[in-house]
Amino acid sequence: MSQNIEDRGYVHPEKLVSTEWVAEHLDDPQVRIVESNEDPLLYPSSHIPGAVQIDWTVDLNDQLRRDYLDQSGFESLMSRNGITRDMTVVFYGDRSNWWACYALWVFLLYGHDNARVMDGGRTKWELEGRELVREVPVYAHTDYRAPVRDDETERAFREDVLAHVEAGRRMVDVRSPEEFSGELLHMPGSAQEGALRGGHIPGANSVPWSRATNPEDGTFLNAADLRAIYEEEQGLSPDDDVITYCRIGERSSHTWFALKYLMGYDQVRNYDGSWTEWGNLVNVPIER
Amino acid sequence: MIPDRLDELLEDFSFISDRNERVAWLIDAADRFDEVRVPPDVAAPPYDEAHRVPACESDAFVWALPTDGGVLDFRFDVLNPQGLSAMALAVILNDCCSGAPLQQVAAIPQDIVLKIFGREVSMGKGQGLMGLVTMVTHAAREELGAQSAGA
Repeated sequence: MSQNIEDRGYVHPEKLVSTEWVAEHLDDPQVRIVESNEDPLLYPSSHIPGAVQIDWTVDLNDQLRRDYLDQSGFESLMSRNGITRDMTVVFYGDRSNWWACYALWVFLLYGHDNARVMDGGRTKWELEGRELVREVPVYAHTDYRAPVRDDETERAFREDVLAHVEAGRRMVDVRSPEEFSGELLHMPGSAQEGALRGGHIPGANSVPWSRATNPEDGTFLNAADLRAIYEEEQGLSPDDDVITYCRIGERSSHTWFALKYLMGYDQVRNYDGSWTEWGNLVNVPIER
Repeated sequence: MIPDRLDELLEDFSFISDRNERVAWLIDAADRFDEVRVPPDVAAPPYDEAHRVPACESDAFVWALPTDGGVLDFRFDVLNPQGLSAMALAVILNDCCSGAPLQQVAAIPQDIVLKIFGREVSMGKGQGLMGLVTMVTHAAREELGAQSAGA
């Protein structure tokens, strides 16, 4: 049984909401529930009543360049989902909220910081036997004006990572130990997210993303347990300038969320290029 | 050559341009998963790890059961209740491969996953789904080898 969120010692407990909180706010006009999944069949099969879907491939990514949707695309996405600038957006999803954290991170790039994650995601909601429906809600379009995307505060590019490596600053590789060691490159027969080289960015600490969660229900560990892993075991400090990465930036956004909001790290960025970029770059350093 | 039923299904999917239509079709398939679930007289949890699909995040398992006609009947389980895509593919593989000529089953390429689910499927998800296909084709090759050895 997970502790109450406010009793877990988080620096920003307000960034997590419980399943109970969501159930109590299903009809709150100032709250929009958003499901973001890896499995594209989940939301259409059933979802929390009133929830809309924001899909990482179709909605959040530019369909041509490897980048996120542009400013007008984000405004349009918000408008058609009935989201206003002052609305509280609550994300949840499968895979212990990988994609929920990823979507929240993209929202933050566009300055929508009134966003939270439902602790435990879809797994916990289902385990509690809460209501799921197939009916897709329709909301009145809004007039949403987004600021220019901030690609500096929360996002790292390859040049930033290279400078980070050369300066000996802290990085967290959240992939599996096999990916970190270079034993596993990518899935056979598919080059779509593969890499030519295996290994990890020099100096990175290996902390698989799932260590930040309770396996039985996908909720985040309490602050003391998170600090035991990232600080006592791995030697990170809240004053560190940290970059997280994985393969395409989704698992690392989960760790980014834990470091930034639950542990209060002020300087933590997500490298969304991640291993699919670094492992294909010419002449960058790699460790095994 | 791949099994006729799979060939026909892939042709049908090639005409689907609406993502929602594709998703609805796959959800209908996933809803039939109980029809292809491994029967308890064949296996019960915890399953033998030899039946586990490698790299599948949905904890999928495959059994290939020899039948009197010298072909295979494929059965599955998916332990993650959120593994709808794995369930849908299991139903498709059962529909198209159970009872089909082994040479044709062995010839199924992994890229049917992309033809069925679309190219927007993530690598992690695609890896597990392709693993499901690999388990089925591998079982067909093993059975072919066993039949050759016994001939």
